[in-house]
Amino acid sequence: MTTVARRRAIQSDRPAFRQTNLAQQSWIMVKRNMIHTKRMPEMLSDVTAQPIMFVLLFAFVFGASITNTGGPSYREFLLPGIQAQTIVFSAFVVASGITNDIEKGIIDRFRSLPIARSSVLIGRSVASLIHSSIGIVVMALTGLAIGWRIRGSIAEAVLAFALVLVFGFGIIWFGILVGSLMRSVEAVNGVMFTVLFPTTFLANTFAPTEPMSHWLRVIAEWNPVSSLAQAMRELWGNGPAAPPSAQLPLHHPVLSTIIWSLVLTAVFAPVALRAYARRTAD
Amino acid sequence: MWVDTVVGMSLPDSGAAIEAIDLIKKFGGSPAVDGVSFGVPHGTVLGLLGPNGAGKTTTVRMMTTLTKPTSGTARVAGYDVLEQPEMVRRSMGLTGQVATVDELLTGRENIRMIGSLYGIRRRELMRLSDQLLQQFSIADAADRPVKSYSGGMRRRLDLAVSLLAGPPVLFLDEPTTGLDPRSRNDLWDVLRDLVRAGTTLLLTTQYLEEADQLADNIVVMDKGRIIAEGTPLQLKQQAGNASLVVTVSHADDLGAAEALLRKTGGDVFVDTGARQLTAAADGLADMTRVAGWLRDSNIDVDDIGLSRPSLDDVFLSLTGHRTDNEEESA
Repeated sequence: MTTVARRRAIQSDRPAFRQTNLAQQSWIMVKRNMIHTKRMPEMLSDVTAQPIMFVLLFAFVFGASITNTGGPSYREFLLPGIQAQTIVFSAFVVASGITNDIEKGIIDRFRSLPIARSSVLIGRSVASLIHSSIGIVVMALTGLAIGWRIRGSIAEAVLAFALVLVFGFGIIWFGILVGSLMRSVEAVNGVMFTVLFPTTFLANTFAPTEPMSHWLRVIAEWNPVSSLAQAMRELWGNGPAAPPSAQLPLHHPVLSTIIWSLVLTAVFAPVALRAYARRTAD
Repeated sequence: MWVDTVVGMSLPDSGAAIEAIDLIKKFGGSPAVDGVSFGVPHGTVLGLLGPNGAGKTTTVRMMTTLTKPTSGTARVAGYDVLEQPEMVRRSMGLTGQVATVDELLTGRENIRMIGSLYGIRRRELMRLSDQLLQQFSIADAADRPVKSYSGGMRRRLDLAVSLLAGPPVLFLDEPTTGLDPRSRNDLWDVLRDLVRAGTTLLLTTQYLEEADQLADNIVVMDKGRIIAEGTPLQLKQQAGNASLVVTVSHADDLGAAEALLRKTGGDVFVDTGARQLTAAADGLADMTRVAGWLRDSNIDVDDIGLSRPSLDDVFLSLTGHRTDNEEESA
């Protein structure tokens, strides 16, 4: 440390500021998360290698024996399901990110700055949605390679992708809740696998619900994930409308997906924000 | 609580850069901080001294808006932490016990991220980050992820980040914990320069030497309360007078030396194994007199000197326990 350099730094006046707004602050947080991904490209494996593996395994292992999809090939049926699963798992990404930040103490640094405290969460959430979007694109390409096609209009196709993001916004609150409650990333893994796997499997994601026993079918069809998958199937032309025997949400899958996203937000956002505030307070 | 009402009326600034006003923080039932008040005048250093669990960190966290006091308040650069937390955050820098830097970002990226959150203009920020990296000797590692940094480098980066916005008030929570002696001395130099340039500094420490080296005033905390405060010198005087320590060369002379030391008037403590005698002394005059007597009696000495009580002694006499360890038994 040269004394001269030190003197000069210390004697200089305070730098010129301009107050940043919430959008700018959140964007800086997003950029921070993107640098993380750049430094550790393996963080992308859950939205690249894993979903490709899932698509291929399901398409070729189960696809051979599942024929009762109500019309289209199993591969076309499968792809919207896997898309739904991927967006649900963005809650996982958010949760481990938040737990990690709290564990490492960097949240304290952010809280000592003159910035909106919500910018940390918004940045995290947006970064997770970007992260999951990569998975959505990767899977769409994988799907195209094995025979999945978009058979509806462009507007419908775009609406389907938009619905995925809307649903992601709803489910992310659950991730914020878990991330704020857990004390370690390992604990996050445990909780998320236990909760998210049944949530994504007990639905119409990988297999049609009709053959299920009645009570199981009711649960599966009221599962928000089923509405999302059904909406995508109808908008992309990958499956027929729900049969008359299906539960109410599946008859209006697009509207149901929007409502479910709002319900998820309404249920989880308040508790998640409280848990986060409490966890980072003292 | 008359203090509270007066403060609420935005009284003219009392001249203190940092003020703690009857801060209390309870976690569950028992108070971690139990009625702490003190002031730090502009441009001075306050050492908040105490063992682990004394409530130092909680006090700092309340003063830096990270923790809400159960009651009481604090003012930083004239702003109330409860009423104007935003202004407090604009006016202070904080380096916590754990380095709060992003491990995956490089040193430079860390500085730029925080700088842009402060809203420092891009060009200014480029210049500033180069300067801070240079100043804190992390320029060579500036473009490596922090994960590869040593503990000392992380601490320096953390401090650099805290200084980005040129805060008039700086809080450092045990800044030299885990640093090797050289890095510690370097850091002390930086802090002295900052204070010379007008920064008000509050640092917590378990090391009495650190408080002694840097602080203008010391507040000693134990179990959530302030048990003493004053300048380092005042506190040392509080612990008693200096003492004269003589180490004789031959154990045979211990008796004769003891008789001589008694002539100064006080008790003499003899440590036979170390051939060492300790007696109360008024100062240099006593020491030269005793030295003369020893020479006249042909008693060879290995060492003779005055020993002022250290802050360790102060701490012992105030709390009945040493600063480190022994916490479990407390």
